[in-house]
Amino acid sequence: MDMKRSHYEDIRLFSSRVVFAWFLVFAGVLVSYPFAASWLGKNYYIYMANYMAINVIVAVGLNLLVGYAGQISLGHAGFFGIGAYGTVLLMTKLQVPFVLALPLAGLAAAGFGFLLGLPALRLEGPYLAVATLGFGLTVTQIIGRWDLFGGRQGLHAPPLALGPVTLAGDFNLYWLIVPTAVVMTMAARNITKTKVGRAFVAIRDSDVAAHTMGVNLTYYKTLAFAVSAFYTGVAGGLYAFALGFIEPQTFNLMLSILFLSMVVVGGLGSIFGSVVGAMLLSLLNLKLASVHTLPFLGPVLLQLSESWFTVSGLPNFQYIVYGLIMFLIIVFEPLGIFGFWIRTKIYWKSYPF
Amino acid sequence: MAFFSTEGLSISFGGLKALADVSIDVQRNSISAIIGPNGAGKTTLFNCISGIYRAQQGRIIFKDKEIHRLPPHKIAALGIARTYQNVELFAHMTTMDNLMLGRHLFLKTGLLSGATLFHSRSRSARDEIANRDRVEQIIDFLELQAARNEFVSNLPFGTQKKVELGRALALEPELLLLDEPCAGMNVEEKQDLMIWLKDIQEEFGITCLLIEHDMSLVMEISERITVLNYGRKIAEGTPDQIQNDPQVLEAYLGGDDRAEN
Repeated sequence: MDMKRSHYEDIRLFSSRVVFAWFLVFAGVLVSYPFAASWLGKNYYIYMANYMAINVIVAVGLNLLVGYAGQISLGHAGFFGIGAYGTVLLMTKLQVPFVLALPLAGLAAAGFGFLLGLPALRLEGPYLAVATLGFGLTVTQIIGRWDLFGGRQGLHAPPLALGPVTLAGDFNLYWLIVPTAVVMTMAARNITKTKVGRAFVAIRDSDVAAHTMGVNLTYYKTLAFAVSAFYTGVAGGLYAFALGFIEPQTFNLMLSILFLSMVVVGGLGSIFGSVVGAMLLSLLNLKLASVHTLPFLGPVLLQLSESWFTVSGLPNFQYIVYGLIMFLIIVFEPLGIFGFWIRTKIYWKSYPF
Repeated sequence: MAFFSTEGLSISFGGLKALADVSIDVQRNSISAIIGPNGAGKTTLFNCISGIYRAQQGRIIFKDKEIHRLPPHKIAALGIARTYQNVELFAHMTTMDNLMLGRHLFLKTGLLSGATLFHSRSRSARDEIANRDRVEQIIDFLELQAARNEFVSNLPFGTQKKVELGRALALEPELLLLDEPCAGMNVEEKQDLMIWLKDIQEEFGITCLLIEHDMSLVMEISERITVLNYGRKIAEGTPDQIQNDPQVLEAYLGGDDRAEN
């Protein structure tokens, strides 16, 4: 055990050299991953990584709101949609360059986040859940019915130009999406270690005490919504390009629930947990979507789905598996993967006792 | 003009008059106490002062400024901090973070400067470190070193009370409202608390107003005592005057109406 010599060691990004070394390893993996994947000829793996990184951004942002500030949101698919449509429309209708369009769309989402934060000043728990749920559904309805948004047909993402370079294909997009996710995750972690993050947790644990200690509840609650919406909006903007095509049905209630389950599975109030939770559930999401290709189980499930479940078919299993995972996590490991990680760490630290 | 005063404060919840025409004066740099049987309206009075409740009638004046219409965070910014009867700590934060939250009004880090905490000389890091130094002094003062990095929900109740006191001190208040500071403390801790309260008054120059049921502590350290019963002020004065006040004795021990029957 090494001794701490300054207060900075308490708050710095990498709490020790070991952590920093691990970060370097992780960064090395991230850098070499797309090369390895394209060398193997598995372009799909790069798409998977992009998809995961986008979900990491959402989960980290949502965790700031749900895990740290203790508010609930069932409407984050709405912010995701605002970010996606905002970026695409700014670029196609107003010819705004991508580097500006993405943050602007994020800010637009943040603006809506602020507005949604206003009822949160009065509402708690289930009431807030219903209010945010309404918001998410409204956004889907509006973008699905307005011609500007392409209606039910959706929109195609324009070519993505970063200055003179045009990014096309999963390999190129990887270098945009993954670094963005890394930077935004670090920023979120820093926020949680400083004044704003502490105010969020204070509001969650005891809003009365926070208020009498000088925390402006109105400001910080709406700020939590705005920051969270900004993260989700930026992720939505990136998603439009990762997919190349957006349609209103994508941003439905199930997506909001998927986001929320990433945060819960990862562990509420843990940035690290959100990253792992998002990666795990994204992977699961992609794998379950192709469950029918499994050698034996696939056809059985397909048969089962066709004869017993609704016409939406295989996604049914996706939802059932999600439900099951959420249920097991809540019952056996309420702190999520983060809680499991902490217990493992303590176990090895105190081994063999 | 008094340092702090309430004038004719009244508040009722439904038909219950929790406070009726309560006027108190607190002198700068004094220790005053509010006592009274359970349900007398003591905590309600604190809630009015710190802005959690809004009094229906009357005024609250702090340093010549009316504060009864301000929200709690503005009242805190003027220099009024408080503790709670049943401990309102941020349970999932460490002692350090709880005290750092007490420095909220002194920290200048915003969202963006906080997000860019990447080296020890960044603005947010310097801001944090400077305030951590101040918190460290409070930890030393209250002898909380052992609890420094513990989550407060794992601490014994007496220690939690100390952490809460520390958090209030971190706000650098001019007026400190203490709601039953020694509830749940053992005799030794009570002795310590008494010494700390004296130090807080004399060294930090903080005015203390406390609610307390422990009469030995109240009588020993407070200069003035106000007695509430059923939301009304029934007596005020020095500890000696209060101990011999017939109305106070009646409120605490019951009247002699049984003898008449």
